[in-house]
Amino acid sequence: MNLLTVRDLTVSFPTSDGLVQAVRGLSFDVAAGSTLGIVGESGSGKSVSALTMLGLNPGADISGSALFQGRDLLRMPPGELRRLRGADIAMIFQDPLSSLHPHYRVGWQISEAIRAHTDVSRAEAMRRSVELLKLVSIPQPDRRVQAYPHELSGGMRQRVMIAMALALQPKLLIADEPTTALDATVQAQLMELLVGMQREMGMAMIVITHDLGVVASIADSVLVMYAGRAAERAGTRSVFYASHHPYTRGLLTSIPGSIGVHGRLVPIVGQPPSLIRLPSGCAFHPRCPFAMDSCIREQPDLEPVADGSGHDSACWLPADIVGVGPGQDEARRRYAVRHQGTGAARLAGVVAGNREVVAS
Amino acid sequence: MTEAGADGEVLLRVENLVKHFPVKQGVFFKREVGSVSAVEDVSLDVHRGETLGLVGETGCGKSTLARCVTRLYPLTSGNVRFDGADISRLPRRHLRPYRRRMQMIFQDPYGSLNPRRRVGSIIADPLTIHRVASGAERKQRVQELMEVVGLNPEHYNRFPAEFSGGQRQRIGVARALALRPSLIVCDEPVSALDVSIQAQIINLLEDLQAEFGLTYLFIAHNLSVVEHVSDRVAVMYLGKIVEIATVKDLYQSPRHPYTVALLSASVVADPEKARSTNRVVLSGEVPSPLNPPAGCRFHPRCPKAQPICTTVEPPLEVKAGDPASHLTACHFPMQPGERLRGAALKIHEALEEFVGEPVAEERRA
Repeated sequence: MNLLTVRDLTVSFPTSDGLVQAVRGLSFDVAAGSTLGIVGESGSGKSVSALTMLGLNPGADISGSALFQGRDLLRMPPGELRRLRGADIAMIFQDPLSSLHPHYRVGWQISEAIRAHTDVSRAEAMRRSVELLKLVSIPQPDRRVQAYPHELSGGMRQRVMIAMALALQPKLLIADEPTTALDATVQAQLMELLVGMQREMGMAMIVITHDLGVVASIADSVLVMYAGRAAERAGTRSVFYASHHPYTRGLLTSIPGSIGVHGRLVPIVGQPPSLIRLPSGCAFHPRCPFAMDSCIREQPDLEPVADGSGHDSACWLPADIVGVGPGQDEARRRYAVRHQGTGAARLAGVVAGNREVVAS
Repeated sequence: MTEAGADGEVLLRVENLVKHFPVKQGVFFKREVGSVSAVEDVSLDVHRGETLGLVGETGCGKSTLARCVTRLYPLTSGNVRFDGADISRLPRRHLRPYRRRMQMIFQDPYGSLNPRRRVGSIIADPLTIHRVASGAERKQRVQELMEVVGLNPEHYNRFPAEFSGGQRQRIGVARALALRPSLIVCDEPVSALDVSIQAQIINLLEDLQAEFGLTYLFIAHNLSVVEHVSDRVAVMYLGKIVEIATVKDLYQSPRHPYTVALLSASVVADPEKARSTNRVVLSGEVPSPLNPPAGCRFHPRCPKAQPICTTVEPPLEVKAGDPASHLTACHFPMQPGERLRGAALKIHEALEEFVGEPVAEERRA
């Protein structure tokens, strides 16, 4: 039984420059108690999808559905969503300084979250705030409830955010780059904390990050996003050891110390496309070393990949070439060359959809 | 990156460098009430042609050290020798010829480029300031530089805002290269960039080093990046170097407990490795450099701390069994095969107290 079922989520923002297509038909599931990692670069739509589900994107054109325990978050009346948000679904953001109110003591802010959803006295809420601060390993919690956010370090503030998010024992925690702004040793403390909490509380987690290292260490399954769509979706091991999509492969060969790197890094050429003028067909084709005629013409859907159940990839390459390595690259290249045709389609695609290539 | 080992010719020598920032209080009559000890008695050599990585957490003084080395900050005490000459107290005018030979690349490709000037003139700045080239020659040099770093030379007249983050970082690299420096200090050059762009810049820096014989002082907090680019690595904690060694020695047999903790905290993009590492969780956070701990500065967080660590500061020295290039500042360095025990998180108890009942039944398999 899935806790969250997202189907065909589409989010766009009308702007004076044109329609920004931030999320384009995204589907994924989160099982109760499991951790989904959503990875992608800036502008891939990973944060937008999460914010949209929580109704935090006013002004966006939204379609699709996001069923949380059977109820559609996208069609829920605002009042009902407000009751759910913070209680059943909680969120922590990257920057704890701007998500905490600078003018109120942290204890007051945690108490407010508790009192907004439950009928408890001020004193009781404050007592629980102290317990929560203790829970997230803040030393001297009874004194720290009186602190203002600016009196705490970055790591402490993020702990306060986590405490606030956990206050009502949510069933789903959405963590948007929870440790990105923090130092390595503090990041390690907080990840340990989040994973420990999740196990104890049986809470599901969506971790949104650009850091494949974070995903590798805590996620059960991974969704790789590119230009608002799912490029690949699988269990964590499959994504790393049997990746199918060339974008996933490119990420793995770009990161020092990752499984795809032997000696020199192999970066992805070019840069992410503009979400207003998306390339035709597969949005990754201008940067893809294995682009074929079909990639320029038509957008591939998520299809199962050979290596096992629950591994899907949106790529025209054959389903049986998985993994990162010279052998696999050679196989992909040979297949791509056979299907590249005359190059006329390639040029047509460039002219039609992808001015980026011509311009730079 | 290159073959230049620890025994190469010294290009930059830092001796007992100290940098304190005064802390002032008062409205009209500011009096000094204390000082932040940002860099405390740091000595290190950078060899010609090598890449020395400098790692550490926020506030450990790595950027301050970089700015002292390039004399962007005046030193409180100590010496900086560049190519044999003591530049630590040279007046600005006499510093100029040395500045030509050491350049900097900054972290923020947005903040380090003037948004109102065209990239051509930004890259030309060093040429103008040092009166190296002017007119058509300058333009030609700038366009060559743009080509070298992978920018389209025709974009000479564009503004920084018209470029993406990665391209802007290339502009910063071109500007740093303009005077053909021997040393480039890279202060977190890729931290602000997306993964795929990061790799492009790292490769660019590697290519430039091979082509122009550059020496890098490479500052970053990402340990995987530092491991990838460096020949040797220095680890800083609260203004001090706690360990310095070749990349292989430091990553494979770290001796300082802080290095061990830092390495174990860094997450690798490989599920098996990431989950099998014995993650050492340090308790607490980095203390304030306003009032650093006595003795070894790491002792309040160190799982191995003994009474002596709280009083006697350990010298940075070669420990028994290590090569001469491997220095560690610790009274009780890690022994081969030793595991460092981190602080245990007491989530369980605290959680039971919070929920008010035993909570283990919903635990995942």
